[in-house]
Amino acid sequence: MAGQKSAQKSAQKSAQKSAQNNSSLMGFVHRRRRGAELFLLVLALAVGIGAYAAVGLGVEGEVPTDLLGYGGWLAALVIGAHVVIRVVAPYADPVLLPLVAALNGLGLAVIHRLDLAAEAVGRKHDYAQQQLIWMTLGVILFVVTLVAIRDHRVLQRFTYTSALAAILLLLLPMVPGIGKAVYGARIWIQVGPFSFQPGEVAKVLLVIAFAGYLVLHRDALALAGRRVLFVDLPRGRDLGPILVMWLVSLGILVFQRDLGSSLMFFGIFLIMLYVATERPGWLVVGGMLFVGGALAAYALFGHVRERFQIWLNPFDFYGEGTSEKAFQPVEAMFGMGWGGMIGRGFGDGDPFRVPFANSDFIIAAIGEELGLTAVMAVIMMYGLIVERALRTALICRDGFGKLLATGLGSVIALQVFVVIGGVTGLIPLTGLTTPFLSYGGSSLIANWVIVALLLRISDQARRPVPQLSDDTAAIDSDATQVVKAIR
Amino acid sequence: MNKPIRTISIFCLVLFLALLVNATYLQYWRAGALNDDVRNRRAINESFSAERGAIVVGRNSAIAKSVPSDDEYKFQRTYPKPFLYAPVTGWFSYFSQTGIERTQNDILSGQDEQLFVTRLIDLVSNKPTKGGNVLLTLDPDAQQAAYDGLSALGPGTQGSVVALDPSTGAVLAMVSLPTYDPNDMASHDFGAVARTYEKLNEDPAEPLVNRAIQTRLPPGSTFKVVTAAAAIEAGLYDADSQVPGGVTYQLPLTSGETGLIDNEGRSCGANNTKIPFTQAMEQSCNTTFAQLAEEVGAEDMLKTAEAFGFNRGYLDDLFPQVESVFPDGLDDAQLGQTGFGQFEVAATPLQMAMVAAGLANGGTVMKPYLVDEQQSADLDVLSKTDPEELSQAVSSTTAREVTKLMVATVDDGTASPGAIDGISVAGKTGTAQSGIDAVPPYAWFISFAPADNPEVAVAVMIQKADIPRGEIAGGVYGGPIAKAVMEAVIR
Repeated sequence: MAGQKSAQKSAQKSAQKSAQNNSSLMGFVHRRRRGAELFLLVLALAVGIGAYAAVGLGVEGEVPTDLLGYGGWLAALVIGAHVVIRVVAPYADPVLLPLVAALNGLGLAVIHRLDLAAEAVGRKHDYAQQQLIWMTLGVILFVVTLVAIRDHRVLQRFTYTSALAAILLLLLPMVPGIGKAVYGARIWIQVGPFSFQPGEVAKVLLVIAFAGYLVLHRDALALAGRRVLFVDLPRGRDLGPILVMWLVSLGILVFQRDLGSSLMFFGIFLIMLYVATERPGWLVVGGMLFVGGALAAYALFGHVRERFQIWLNPFDFYGEGTSEKAFQPVEAMFGMGWGGMIGRGFGDGDPFRVPFANSDFIIAAIGEELGLTAVMAVIMMYGLIVERALRTALICRDGFGKLLATGLGSVIALQVFVVIGGVTGLIPLTGLTTPFLSYGGSSLIANWVIVALLLRISDQARRPVPQLSDDTAAIDSDATQVVKAIR
Repeated sequence: MNKPIRTISIFCLVLFLALLVNATYLQYWRAGALNDDVRNRRAINESFSAERGAIVVGRNSAIAKSVPSDDEYKFQRTYPKPFLYAPVTGWFSYFSQTGIERTQNDILSGQDEQLFVTRLIDLVSNKPTKGGNVLLTLDPDAQQAAYDGLSALGPGTQGSVVALDPSTGAVLAMVSLPTYDPNDMASHDFGAVARTYEKLNEDPAEPLVNRAIQTRLPPGSTFKVVTAAAAIEAGLYDADSQVPGGVTYQLPLTSGETGLIDNEGRSCGANNTKIPFTQAMEQSCNTTFAQLAEEVGAEDMLKTAEAFGFNRGYLDDLFPQVESVFPDGLDDAQLGQTGFGQFEVAATPLQMAMVAAGLANGGTVMKPYLVDEQQSADLDVLSKTDPEELSQAVSSTTAREVTKLMVATVDDGTASPGAIDGISVAGKTGTAQSGIDAVPPYAWFISFAPADNPEVAVAVMIQKADIPRGEIAGGVYGGPIAKAVMEAVIR
């Protein structure tokens, strides 16, 4: 073991040395920073376990009796993930795992707090326990992803398989017998006692498919076209994929009544298309399609119109004598206002007044009991996850990896914006889960896989350029002949 | 591809900044307005769950207090003597507050500015805010005597008793029947609360009406003391004068039965003769006081009535209240009827108690008040009410002369049931026609004692009771109640 380590170290050293010999552009070599990751993980565990203890103290007046078991389980999960990273992805980004560990821990504590509130009125809830099981599955899948996929570029082979699988998954809830509609949205499947949101997995597969497709066709999409009013517009024949994606999004909206996913899928595709082609013209085309689709949806669908009205004047739909259709968002706003700057503290607010406080509206529960401070911290943590993802995309050496990292980062960014913006009244409310915080197995597992993929790409990106042979170094050290360009 | 990735980074930055700004707007700038929204159950729950201060009478007898409860609201508001004090305390329910619970809500809930320092200390020491206490002027003995006396008339009794300290205006007793149990309204079983409220609100006997300040009725003959005060103040007579008497009196501008006033057989001299003023008061001679009112004139009658508090509001500590009425723009026939408290004259029991108290206090009417003291939860005095003069209704000489007439009325006249052994009592009865045949007359009694150094002034009003119509007279039923209240204060 020790020998292996020292061998590894010396390999690292020689890699650094040879990298220094490389041109100045490649001169910067990322350090592994696994120690930093461990330190940050301890902080993240302090957040998760501390929040769990605070819930017990605030709601029941005593530290939960199972704190050691719970804390131990949580610690075992994240430390286990950390050890796997040390072995299979030693150069991976050191900040991502602590961030998601802290968010997941905080989410568990808040779900537990809402369980206790439900138990206080005589309803047996064990969502926190189930969420811990889902988290365990998520971490297992995280490990499997990191171990199985040693190089993210293998995923490029599954471009069309992924696309097909994603579309099949999206269609699953429409299948009679296993699909079921929950509060109007037909995005669930149920087999026996297990229910699942296939859209959560589909979003990962779609990003892989987009990345694979776009990295191949980026030149055709980028170079052909004509210029209209300072904007390079693509050729008509290249519009195919974007139109298909637009129709898929509209289809989700029409048949599954899932505004949030529809918005997110289209947004991700647009972002990846723009990054692949480097042409703002696609954003113009996509933006116009989005506006057109939104206007059409507003004109055609009553539930879209209603969402919009509720967003504009929520208080007209709240209180006695009204339809009470804004009960959920208005209670969430009351709750967040009630929390104020520092929050009421665990156990001293009424977050359970908001229906589905433990899933879509979990940020309202955090805002009420932990205050604006915690809401800002959570938003900043999401911001950091996105920042780490986009940084990985920047330093990644291959086009597929760049696109994949950008897509996965954008998934988190858009999902967070759509759900938190919806709950806080910034944009019309659409149903999406808050990544890592909300109760829900499909979402949690999918997001752990996203993080695993991001870590895999970052490991590749941060890894020193492998030394092919010593000859190249010799060639590199030769004086370069300057050839004057002829213009 | 790095340039578009950087652009996307900036785009994501903008998204997250928008989330941060919007969260700040919601939880900081808009939080106050959201918390003040009347539909915000969180704010309602908090005030309902706080340890509210007590409402106290006498030395330390709480008539409304919060006791710990083991449900989510932490405290249960209880009223130890619910029926006795309900018209004053009102209730504190999840949906609404009335009475002192409403007007003193800031102190009781601890939100008053005077409690700012206490609240700050509680915040720092992480203790929940505790409300302050409100001490009332009510005298528990007088209140009990008034309640017992009025209740003794039977279960269907509707009426009110008000007792005042003439020198300060402090309300010593305020009773209204029928009454209700505010404990039912403070229950944490909100369905039951809603049903209780509906039942009370629809009850034709109107138990939710505090008749002491919310019911105004013709004061009848008790108003004769105001007429007498106006006549003496105008310099026309004194207590020893001879005043016009008569078996009957035809009001000006009228002819025949409708305008013909009589005295229901009481001894008031022959028509067109004079009788002593004391006899006119003792026998409650309508014929006399109709003529006195006409001699005083509409303007001075109005002025005197308003000086005693008619046509204005004066009690700040309870809400809502109705103003007593003395009409303006009277013709001579109407003016004559106002002389003995009929036509459109209407007074609340509190108003008639103020008439008695004003005469007892040398003509100076004090502003009535119920809240004596506001305390912090630690019993520090925050404020104490200073007695305030409402108006100088009549001169002290006039007050003395009217007192003489009222003492004579108790000693030798219709108000004799109000007499107390060994103490000189001033009083006046009243039996006012309701004006509707199906509705029996209202019985009134006003008095104060001791006449030479008054400690208490009382007004009793019996709107409806299970007594034969023919026997309804202020003296017979109101007198003993007033006597019991006066004795409770003096002894």
